[in-house]
Amino acid sequence: MRFRIYRYSPEKDQKPFMQDYELNNIVPGMMLLDALLLLKEQDPTLAFRRSCREGVCGSDGMNINGTNGLACITPLSELKEPVEVRPMPRLPVIRDLIVDMDSFYKQYRDVKPYLIVKDPLPEVELQQTPEQRDKLDGLYECILCGCCSTACPSFWWNPDKFLGPAALLQAARFIEDSRDQATEERLDALDDPFKLFRCHTIMNCIQVCPKDLNPTKAIGNIKKIMVKKSL
Amino acid sequence: MTISNIQRRRFDSLIIGAGGGGLRAALQLAEADASVAVVSKVFPTRSHTVAAQGGMNAALANVLPDNWHWHMFDTVKGSDYLGDQDAIEYMCRAAPKVVYELEHFGVPFSRLDNGRIYQRPFGGQSQNFGGEQAARTCAAADRTGHAILHSLYQQNIRAKTHFFDEYFAVDLLKDDDGNILGAFVFDIHTGEELIIEAKTTLLATGGAGQLFRTTTNALINTGDGMGMALRAGIPLQDMEFFQFHPTGIAGRGMLITEGARGEGGYLVNVNGERFMERYAPKAKDLASRDVVSRAIETEVREGRGCGPDKDHVMLKLDHLGVDVIQKRLPGIRQTCITFLGMDPAEEPVPVYPTAHYTMGGIPTDRHGQVVIPVKDTPEEAVTGLYAAGECACVSVHGANRLGGNSLLDILVFGRAAANHIIDYLKENHYHRPLNEKSVEKAYQRLHRWDDTGEGESVEKIRSDLKRVMEKNCGVFRTQDVLDNGIKEVSALHEKLKHARIKDHSAMFNTARVEALELENLMDVALATVYSASARTESRGAHSRVDFQERDDMNWMRHTLYSLEGRKLDYKPVRTKPMTVATFPPKARVY
Ligand SMILES: Cc1cc2nc3c(=O)[nH]c(=O)nc-3n(C[C@H](O)[C@H](O)[C@H](O)COP(=O)(O)OP(=O)(O)OC[C@H]3O[C@@H](n4cnc5c(N)ncnc54)[C@H](O)[C@@H]3O)c2cc1C
Ligand code: SF4
Ligand code: SF4
Ligand code: FES
Repeated sequence: MRFRIYRYSPEKDQKPFMQDYELNNIVPGMMLLDALLLLKEQDPTLAFRRSCREGVCGSDGMNINGTNGLACITPLSELKEPVEVRPMPRLPVIRDLIVDMDSFYKQYRDVKPYLIVKDPLPEVELQQTPEQRDKLDGLYECILCGCCSTACPSFWWNPDKFLGPAALLQAARFIEDSRDQATEERLDALDDPFKLFRCHTIMNCIQVCPKDLNPTKAIGNIKKIMVKKSL
Repeated sequence: MTISNIQRRRFDSLIIGAGGGGLRAALQLAEADASVAVVSKVFPTRSHTVAAQGGMNAALANVLPDNWHWHMFDTVKGSDYLGDQDAIEYMCRAAPKVVYELEHFGVPFSRLDNGRIYQRPFGGQSQNFGGEQAARTCAAADRTGHAILHSLYQQNIRAKTHFFDEYFAVDLLKDDDGNILGAFVFDIHTGEELIIEAKTTLLATGGAGQLFRTTTNALINTGDGMGMALRAGIPLQDMEFFQFHPTGIAGRGMLITEGARGEGGYLVNVNGERFMERYAPKAKDLASRDVVSRAIETEVREGRGCGPDKDHVMLKLDHLGVDVIQKRLPGIRQTCITFLGMDPAEEPVPVYPTAHYTMGGIPTDRHGQVVIPVKDTPEEAVTGLYAAGECACVSVHGANRLGGNSLLDILVFGRAAANHIIDYLKENHYHRPLNEKSVEKAYQRLHRWDDTGEGESVEKIRSDLKRVMEKNCGVFRTQDVLDNGIKEVSALHEKLKHARIKDHSAMFNTARVEALELENLMDVALATVYSASARTESRGAHSRVDFQERDDMNWMRHTLYSLEGRKLDYKPVRTKPMTVATFPPKARVY
């Protein structure tokens, strides 16, 4: 199987280039990450992040034949040859497939992604009905892989002002949590022409999310709650 | 570059590792206004705690009657009486509080109709000291580890903990009297070294599941903290006890949580027989993990395996119905669809015992202080050094860990270590002087990989090591096989000294990181085979075909393996709990 992989090492390369590789020992069921690990045995200088191998740690987001995804859960059998692998778009490349995610993490921190409870805490758990808890499904499972935000045109154009789908999904996760007591502040903080409202429902984010989450819907729900509040 | 221009930073407390253990400790320290630095070789939420599925044990009694004392009994019995009963009592008593705290931190636990935390049955759990099945495992669907790790990271953002993300810890720094002074680390992005001086250092580096070829563990689980401890002259405890989880996806290793059996799934052999009824008449599929893993291996050895090569058994879940599976086990459903192209709501899942958990580790007391034998005292604290989580051995798991007890362990003892550190910091206001010799040693170890020229390849040695460990240190063991393991691992250890890497760049050099990881893994492998070869009895996960009985007269004691001279030493099990009566060893039936 043939691969074309984006290579860039700031210490020795003037600029990035695409390198061709070939693998013969492909077995059925192999994922792209398995192939990259084999390629790394051939060429130990090839650099990428990886850890869990099963789509839960969010390390190996990359651009695969033009679409963002996790290498470890992308089956080779679904990929057209040569498989073109690039770093996730628009973030600074540190080396090869590794991008600098600082700005992505900063957006995450900006939405205060933690439960805020103002009342004194009980000595047992805070109560939550199964229905209230169900509202968090589809929101809390995010693995911060960055696939969505780096596929979002609004994020490309306004990286410092628009929060991007991943951070907004987290904002929704806490706004929707029946236990959280900072809903007002959270909504006020998002009420700005850019942070939230730059989402033009282009829906790239939904297409690429490896966890099948739906940031567009979460963003829509925040907008709805805001409208309700302003009435 | 010389040692004198290496940047230095000072903190009250250094934590190496940002999994559940490290982050729980960091939060406690940050809230006590200690200056705390957390070093992690991956971004915190990528730590392997994120992969934990089924849940965490605490006797909340939300579903069935329960109390901490029953939990304690099950844990002692599960440990095959090798667990330290004071630490186990402490953990089981603390469990409910620790779960409630997590809930307050935001963990999205699944809920019962009455609004309380959902709990499911797991293996080895009983009511009333060995009676009916209990339901003790608090769960967030089958993504409990993710839910916990993310919530803890989030709370640390609130508490403004200082993170060194993607920094690799090379070695501990210590002075001539053996006090630990911090660590020598480097920034993986730039390759720049950094000396972190700290009054206390907590190792929370996780397990060493990469010792084996087929494993449920992430690629980063290479036993680094255990390697660092060994090199600092600290022995590793009970390394012969490595847990094989009964239900890894056959041939691939992805875990199918014990929660799947807790929700009503069961195992069948090629004849469609529920074979666990023969091995554990009462607990059946929810017997302890060591018991179920041996049963599966026995079925396969005796020709009752499934598939064209008769090399696995099947886990049946389809009778639970698609609703239960989607609600309670959505993650493993997704994993099966992704990796096997099949839906467990429709077909049974091929499973086989898979390397999963390191019961042994860095010896600590129940305050997380690292303890070593000094002259006649078996357990003397090492000043400035703590360990918690899977890299540590408190020991609450003894010879076999119960499912759902590890998340509990990392959180209870991460927190306990932090509390002890807070007290220590009150009395110890100043950093001890840095020891240049020890910096020099760490520096040399790192820069040995700058050597160029021809040499063995790291990749080759690593894959050989994993093969050798799988062959020689698996579920069933004999003297010949273990001794052969010692021989083969020693040969690989020798080869590694002459290995070279081909990438000598500074920035994000993953080849160098992997070489350093392999050195750690190699020392941990040696500790494992030496400890296993010496223990001539069967206890928990250490199952000897040539010594099938448990031998309490001679072997109710902890193994201690030291790097120097590859020496083995032993210390007694702490059979005296904190307040209740001892659970004396009994035959272990499920
Ligand atoms: C698939 C799977 C499912 C599981 N499910 C359950 C379950 O349902 N219930 C349960 O109780 N237990 C479960 N376990 C076990 C449990 O998840 C782990 O034992 C536990 O999460 C370990 O946590 P930890 O904090 O000790 O380490 P980890 O979460 O592994 O974290 C280790 C940290 O150390 C850092 N680190 C390591 N080496 C270095 C270095 N050299 N320099 C810098 N940083 C370093 C890493 O970056 C990481 O941040 C499961 C385990 C697996 C593999
Ligand atoms: S829907 Fe909104 S957030 Fe998603 S890609 Fe489009 S603009 Fe970005
Ligand atoms: S929403 Fe999906 S794509 Fe975006 S960071 Fe989270 S898991 Fe990744
Ligand atoms: S390696 Fe963890 S998500 Fe792919």
